Amino acid sequence: MSEPPGAAVSLAEPAPATDTPQAPPAARRVLPLRRPGRWIATVLVLVLAAQFVNGLLTNPFYQWDRFGYWFLRPTILDGLLVTLEVTLYSAVLGLLGGIVLALARLSGSPVLRAVSWTYVWAFRSVPLIVVLLFLYNFSALYKTLSIGVPFGPAFFSFDESRLATDLVIAVVGFSLHESAYAAEVVRGGILSVDQGQHEAAAALGLPRRYQFRRIVFPQALRSIVPNYVNQLIGLIKGTSLVFYVSLLDLFGSAQSMASTYPGDIVPLLMVATVWYLILTSVVSVVQFSVERHYARGATRTLPPTPLRRLRAALSGATARVRGEAAV
Amino acid sequence: MTATRHDAPATVEVHGVHKWYGAHRVLNGVDLTVRPGEVTVVLGPSGSGKSTLLRVVNHLEKPETGHVSLDGEPIGVRRQGTRFRELSERAILAQRSRIGFVFQNFNLFPHLTVLDNVAAAPVATGRLPKPEALQLARDLLGRVGLADRAAAYPRQLSGGQQQRVAIARALALRPGVILFDEPTSALDPELVGEVLSVIKDLATSGTTLVIVTHEIGFAREIADRVVFMDGGRIVEQGPPAEVLDRPRHARTRDFLSKVL
Repeated sequence: MSEPPGAAVSLAEPAPATDTPQAPPAARRVLPLRRPGRWIATVLVLVLAAQFVNGLLTNPFYQWDRFGYWFLRPTILDGLLVTLEVTLYSAVLGLLGGIVLALARLSGSPVLRAVSWTYVWAFRSVPLIVVLLFLYNFSALYKTLSIGVPFGPAFFSFDESRLATDLVIAVVGFSLHESAYAAEVVRGGILSVDQGQHEAAAALGLPRRYQFRRIVFPQALRSIVPNYVNQLIGLIKGTSLVFYVSLLDLFGSAQSMASTYPGDIVPLLMVATVWYLILTSVVSVVQFSVERHYARGATRTLPPTPLRRLRAALSGATARVRGEAAV
Repeated sequence: MTATRHDAPATVEVHGVHKWYGAHRVLNGVDLTVRPGEVTVVLGPSGSGKSTLLRVVNHLEKPETGHVSLDGEPIGVRRQGTRFRELSERAILAQRSRIGFVFQNFNLFPHLTVLDNVAAAPVATGRLPKPEALQLARDLLGRVGLADRAAAYPRQLSGGQQQRVAIARALALRPGVILFDEPTSALDPELVGEVLSVIKDLATSGTTLVIVTHEIGFAREIADRVVFMDGGRIVEQGPPAEVLDRPRHARTRDFLSKVL
């Protein structure tokens, strides 16, 4: 639009200088449609946004000085660490579990398919908080855990209460829950890969494992990544539930500080909010580069980075302003 | 150019193959022998079972009865007394690496570069160490005229270029036979020629080829034998001069009058 004609051609091969078409004179260019409604809406939205920011900054209710006091307090940072730990372990274990469940669901064995389906059905049906409370009381249900033949001899067993710290309980609960959702995300990704890719890999005689790891899964990741990041963001915030199994995460420490200092409840909630915002932003940035990595070959050119897009938008805008000035 | 030398051309034999899709019978007792180095072109109306026959040869489709053999060795099955028993997937994959297959829709791996597409199979099957596989891939890309596009991704190429990469990919395993499933049907008319000329080059180099196509002129030019199929059976076969110019069967005449 604002690009000079011929720019698209020059990407493929530089056109000889004599053939470069001249930009048409400004007077002959088609004038863009005027959009007064868009301008009115823009002004309205900007006024509302300014009012909101003004309220945030000037309303004494938020107590920004107290926010500053709490933001980097060790109790809050300890809570943040717990949130990160639970999220990280559960995200990795959940994804691995999800891959196994998805492969079982897509396998030729009816037993594996049924087991996978039942698992997903069960863990998507039961609220996470119920799973967590069950696990918390697990040591009362099963005193020892053992590995062996069902109804037969045990090969080895261990005392459950020694193994299950609060962190372990939380991670196990979240991983069980996450893997049910991740299974569907991974399965959807695998199904999105064109049947021709499976056929080509089979026709070349590529070993089964290679077919999955090098051909199918990298292509499936293109649809898995955005869906799983969605899941992951839900998980980050979902970890605030560990408060109910007596683990002090980010939300938990803010909450417990608020019960000690009731006057600071709003700034403490703001502290938790801002930290969650930061975590989500980091994940989004990582998502962008991971998606870009797996987009290789899927489109003719990679999508521009936000910085390049901003620069292009700015130069486009200045060109348009100059063009209108010329008219 | 020792790196691009092929294994000895193979013999392909199809013995009494029947194939059903549900109640629909796609192949109805097909027998065919392709001698080493022979170029066989399979013609026939759509739905006549040409593509299915090709897919049975490398066991992408399992026949209900009958079997295919490559140099006398059954594909996808082994003899057990008087009957056949299905082979393990690993064994079938190993057999497939001796049979090249070129798809109508290319089916290149979009996330790998052109070079990696060609080098993948020799590396994955343990035939060649990576550096040698890459060298072989470069040689083969040179042979199909795409040495300069090695670093590109498939979607950055034209259809004709993609199909030439697919042919190089099939050649990388040095197969004894290469099967082409309508290799030019998905191409714009002006890109058909470049693919056909690569196939013609293979035909003159002595590789066993089985080609399903609608390009009658091409069949006349390169085929040692033309096979005409209809309704899941081979109706007639013979040298192109016979089948294409003096067809004995009414169905062959009917088909040729429509496409010529």
